[in-house]
Amino acid sequence: MGVGIKVEHLNAFYGKTQALFDVNITVQANHATALIGPSGCGKSTFIRCLNRMHETIPEARVEGAVHIGDLSVYNGTSATQLRRRVGMVFQKPNPFPTMSIYDNVAAGLKLNGFRKRKQLDEVVEQSLNASALWDEVKDNLHKKSGASLSGGQQQRLCIARALAVQPEVLLMDEPCSALDPISTGKIEELIFQLKEQYTIVIVTHNMQQAARVAEFTGFFLLGKMIEFDKTEKIFTKPSDKRTEDYVTGRFG
Amino acid sequence: MRTRFQQQMEDLREKLLRMGGLAELAVDRACQAYTERDLTRCQLVLENESLINAAEREIDEMAFDVLATQQPAATDLRFILAVTKINADLERVGDQAVNIAERVMDMIELPSVELPVDIGRMATAVSAMVRRALESFVEGKAELAQAVLEMDHVVDRMRDEAFIVLVRKMNEEPQVTQQALDALLVARNLERVADHATNISEDVIFWVLGADVRHHAQAASVAPRTERNEA
Repeated sequence: MGVGIKVEHLNAFYGKTQALFDVNITVQANHATALIGPSGCGKSTFIRCLNRMHETIPEARVEGAVHIGDLSVYNGTSATQLRRRVGMVFQKPNPFPTMSIYDNVAAGLKLNGFRKRKQLDEVVEQSLNASALWDEVKDNLHKKSGASLSGGQQQRLCIARALAVQPEVLLMDEPCSALDPISTGKIEELIFQLKEQYTIVIVTHNMQQAARVAEFTGFFLLGKMIEFDKTEKIFTKPSDKRTEDYVTGRFG
Repeated sequence: MRTRFQQQMEDLREKLLRMGGLAELAVDRACQAYTERDLTRCQLVLENESLINAAEREIDEMAFDVLATQQPAATDLRFILAVTKINADLERVGDQAVNIAERVMDMIELPSVELPVDIGRMATAVSAMVRRALESFVEGKAELAQAVLEMDHVVDRMRDEAFIVLVRKMNEEPQVTQQALDALLVARNLERVADHATNISEDVIFWVLGADVRHHAQAASVAPRTERNEA
């Protein structure tokens, strides 16, 4: 099951440049939360702070607190521990190109020392089912490489790979921006189903996508969380004029 | 793309205003036709109706296009929804004007009689409501729209009073029943026009404030929205 996320007074920096300013947000468990905002507003930086990817960039640092369920992300939790519970899917599908479909999905588990074949088979099948890819690839699990799949299938393969380690939170950074409308529709449908079991945070430039898949939406601008509310409120009657100007296309 | 969108929204606004002008004119002409027993004005109202109907279709089509191609949000989405609803109300205002004109055409065939009801006064109040409702739309001001909602009670009372005195007149002087009944129906048509003006005002409040004040639900406030809420 998914867990809630609580972010308190989060500030993020790239060297001397501050990218996030005092962000506070509570993400509800088993819901999809979308983050929107113009390019460079800090939404991707924010999502990368949730699984400690931000700090992998030289001179980048984070201040403040992030709690994922009972884990304190920046206080006594290792990145490895954290990423077992927080999966991530990126903008561009990035399957391991030389690995088979099966090995792509099993990679996370194998890295964690999981070796029992029968159980691996089960997890791979479950994960591919959960990402709505199983029926399309079940006959070629070992024959085909991840890279041989279409863009939409590759993205669903990446989702399966993220799900295989049974995370509680799934972070998605513009997961559909490289996909056609059909593949996008499949991923969106998947997000809708996955939130029954996972907490989903999705960064998207596509406001209609945020409106379609997320119950809650946060609007970022210049590194600040300007407004966070129920999605229908953000898109029909936002409280802040800057949000209104953005969702109505008056800037950004 | 947004520039084109803004142009589409402006076109829609202008088209609706022109339609509003036609509907307002139809009501004024029908009321003048009543007070002056003027057949020519009745015919103008009937001819005017096809223009209103054509405008209704065109506005619906334009709004449909904007929804399909631009996926408006927030105030723009509320604006489009308000426009489509105001559009339907204005068309119904035109229908009520036609009903009055047709009633007047029947009335003209009968001898003129003195009736204890001031339809002219009621018509003035109703025309003012339509005009102000359209002004509130033009200026995007919820306060103006709220004032129209309050006027509706006045027109309702006028209709109730007309009903009482005209029924009494029919009982006392059965030979003028037909004329009194015509006046009663005209009063009812005018009251319906006032209802449409009320609907239009409610739609303006929805557009401007995002508040649903239909069926006497109260808006939290009709004061202008705070320009900026600090995050």
